[in-house]
Amino acid sequence: MTTTISRRQFLKASGAIGGGLALEFSMPVAALAQPALAAAPEVTHWIVIYPDDRVVIRVARSEMGQGSLTGLAQLVAEELECDWNKVSTEFASPNEHVKRKRIWGSMSTGGSAGIRTSHEYLRKSGAAAREMLVSAAATQWNVPAAECTAANGVITHAPSKRKTSYGKVAQAASKLDAAKEPKLKDPKDWKIAGQSPKRLDTPEKVRGKPVFGIDVQLPGMLHASIAQCPVFLGKVKSVDSAEAEKMRGVKGIVRQPDFVAVVADNWWRANQALKKVKVEWDPGENAAVSSDTILALFKQSLDDPKVASARKIGDAPGALATAAKVIEAEYYSPYLNHATLEPMTSTAWFKDDGTLDVWTSTQNGEASLATASEASGLPLEKCEVHKMMLGGGFGRRGAAQDYVKQSVLIAKQFAGKPVKLVWSREEDMQHGFYRPASLVRMKAGVDASGKLVAIHSKIACPSILALLRPEGIKDGLDFTAIRTFSDSPYTVANDQVDYLMRNPHVPVGFWRAPGLQNSFYRECFIDEVAHAVGKDPLEYRLSMLKDGDKNKGVLQAAAKAAGWGTPLQKGVFRGIAISDGFGSFTAMVAEISVDPKGAIKVHRVVFAIDSGYVVNPDACRAQAEGNVIFNIGQLYQANTVKDGRIVESNFNDFPLPRIGEMPKVETVFASTGGFWGGHGEPGALCVMPAILNAVFAATGKRVRSLPLKDGVVA
Amino acid sequence: MIKLNVNGKSHSLDVEPEMPLLWALRDELKLAGTKYGCGIAQCGACTVHVDGEPVRSCVTPVASVAGKKVVTIEGLARPGLNKVQMAWIEHQVPQCGYCQTGMIMAATALLAKKPKPTDADIDAAMTNLCRCGTYGRVREAIHAVAGGKPAMKKA
Repeated sequence: MTTTISRRQFLKASGAIGGGLALEFSMPVAALAQPALAAAPEVTHWIVIYPDDRVVIRVARSEMGQGSLTGLAQLVAEELECDWNKVSTEFASPNEHVKRKRIWGSMSTGGSAGIRTSHEYLRKSGAAAREMLVSAAATQWNVPAAECTAANGVITHAPSKRKTSYGKVAQAASKLDAAKEPKLKDPKDWKIAGQSPKRLDTPEKVRGKPVFGIDVQLPGMLHASIAQCPVFLGKVKSVDSAEAEKMRGVKGIVRQPDFVAVVADNWWRANQALKKVKVEWDPGENAAVSSDTILALFKQSLDDPKVASARKIGDAPGALATAAKVIEAEYYSPYLNHATLEPMTSTAWFKDDGTLDVWTSTQNGEASLATASEASGLPLEKCEVHKMMLGGGFGRRGAAQDYVKQSVLIAKQFAGKPVKLVWSREEDMQHGFYRPASLVRMKAGVDASGKLVAIHSKIACPSILALLRPEGIKDGLDFTAIRTFSDSPYTVANDQVDYLMRNPHVPVGFWRAPGLQNSFYRECFIDEVAHAVGKDPLEYRLSMLKDGDKNKGVLQAAAKAAGWGTPLQKGVFRGIAISDGFGSFTAMVAEISVDPKGAIKVHRVVFAIDSGYVVNPDACRAQAEGNVIFNIGQLYQANTVKDGRIVESNFNDFPLPRIGEMPKVETVFASTGGFWGGHGEPGALCVMPAILNAVFAATGKRVRSLPLKDGVVA
Repeated sequence: MIKLNVNGKSHSLDVEPEMPLLWALRDELKLAGTKYGCGIAQCGACTVHVDGEPVRSCVTPVASVAGKKVVTIEGLARPGLNKVQMAWIEHQVPQCGYCQTGMIMAATALLAKKPKPTDADIDAAMTNLCRCGTYGRVREAIHAVAGGKPAMKKA
């Protein structure tokens, strides 16, 4: 149940007028210690303007490093015509969001969708606020609003040479109605959006301010460390905590059906004591599952005639039967952990007044709120989630709110005291929602001229949606499992894609660019076909893309910027790939060398992207750089399943790339305008195929299974 | 009681001698700028300076630094920012930022020892892990400090 609340009441209730509660809106915990801010009116629900002209722009999405906190503020500021130097941000409160009937729209932060799914209402809010401010000034001056202009936070009435600032008229403006359809600027006239102002979150981060979920400090706070059944879906059978309970600083043991936690006055003490708790687990029915049994399951499925049809153009099996030549291959990818550098963490506090507060690193504040409410048994209105900065998200902290639920259950046993749950790295590594392992069999038929006339792809892959968003499954299809094949832009007369959903017990989730394995498979296989018929991989792709297809545009842009076909330094080879997704079109050329021992060195990556518009070019370049090195890790990373559990436990056996592996990344914005594509994930898609196609060019060896054995091309 | 000097301030801590410095800093002294990432000295998010040397505080027993000078990100430059932190802003190095305090501690220690580090020096000293992929900018920012310029990066 939600309650209606007028803006006026809200301002009072939230303390945006005068009170102290408004401070809790402010994202950094550090801000809690700051003196109370002066009264400030909410001009629109996204914009608060202080009498001294400071502008606070509310952000509903989360900041996990992708930079959209700044990008979203740029879009509002652009239309508001305020002084960018006076802009700061605060996260919209999930509790107020519920009370105000979801006024801030989606809080979900994933799918590279933060900007592309909210730009319109944010820009409109900025434009409406600007009109309200101008109108308020015009009324004060008793002149027509049309004679007034606004720029840089200053309103001018040229005929009378009068000026005022936003802060001076914000109170009056806040009483006006916001226009529903204010006129928006043409992006070619942007001054703040489309530029690269420095990110608003950087200064606090380089100072080591306590902005992350794991940094929360509260009076009398306790600390929790957790152990979950090593075999997924297993349960606690018995617990002997006698020794642990006697250890210094230990305040208590929490036993739940599927986990045990120790609560102490310091996290290290909690974790040390946890190691002394003797837990007998009931592993359930999955204790014999291994990577081998999962691969066998996938392999068998490829011959199962019962498939979900993801695409059917022409008659692929028929055309394959009569093709001049048939090329066939199977490709495999392992499970992969998100490995955010900040492990899962959440702090919960059941307060004496019957409310619950949660501080956490979340990709969806609303989902965290719902989880807190459900786990506590309290109504949504009695719960609040304080959104903290994320020490990495990559999809781990969105749909799955397991750690929030656990922290609430733990704190419930210590009502009245805040309890901060921090997962150990080992727990984080072994209890993820992994990038699905998958196996794909592709068959291509070419005619006598080498033209691709038929392609038939069979995808055996666990379904992320079946676990996390079952309502998203349509006709037995999970778009994250079939993408890139089901919507391939290559013009092939006979194209069939079959999905074989197989769901082992290993939890799967949205890993940065869900479904990106398919880009590796398709783009390496197309490369195989091109080589098999003696065609240049670039030319072959171009011949199968329609004119006007944005995929073709980025492919040409990447090839041109990389100098495709021009000589390279001795020992260096190129590979190329395209893939679209998350609203954008991308192509990549990788330059690599392979040393005599088979180790791959990536020297240079040229990345072309058409996202329509680019809101903050430098932040988008940073996303491209991040995507490249994040995915270079795939060459040697895997989460292996043995005895029903994950084998790897930390960064010693799940290595992340280090600084020496970072190639030069050149980003080409091949923007055609007119649409809004994402940047957080599109750059991930082509990394593996571009590199592995270059490896083939260098060695003649086709890598069809990841990770590389012993990290080298054998 | 273990006597610690952290950021120029003396503290007496009643903690187990084997407690890692990281947790003494975070949970006892409430200095949260030093991060937990792995607990096994792999990631470097917990890097602090002990008598000027970069140290992984997650595997450093608190008793072993008694009487030594410990500097954390909070005490790196007071008031204000040091050149490395300024270069980090100028080059827009952080993404999520979680590993960056450790990166900044490692880079500051490197530059103190080698004011003009080569790429190989940087590879050897900057063993910190970053999941977001800021390595290219880390390198640029270090070179910029070495070059004496908080050089404007073109936007």
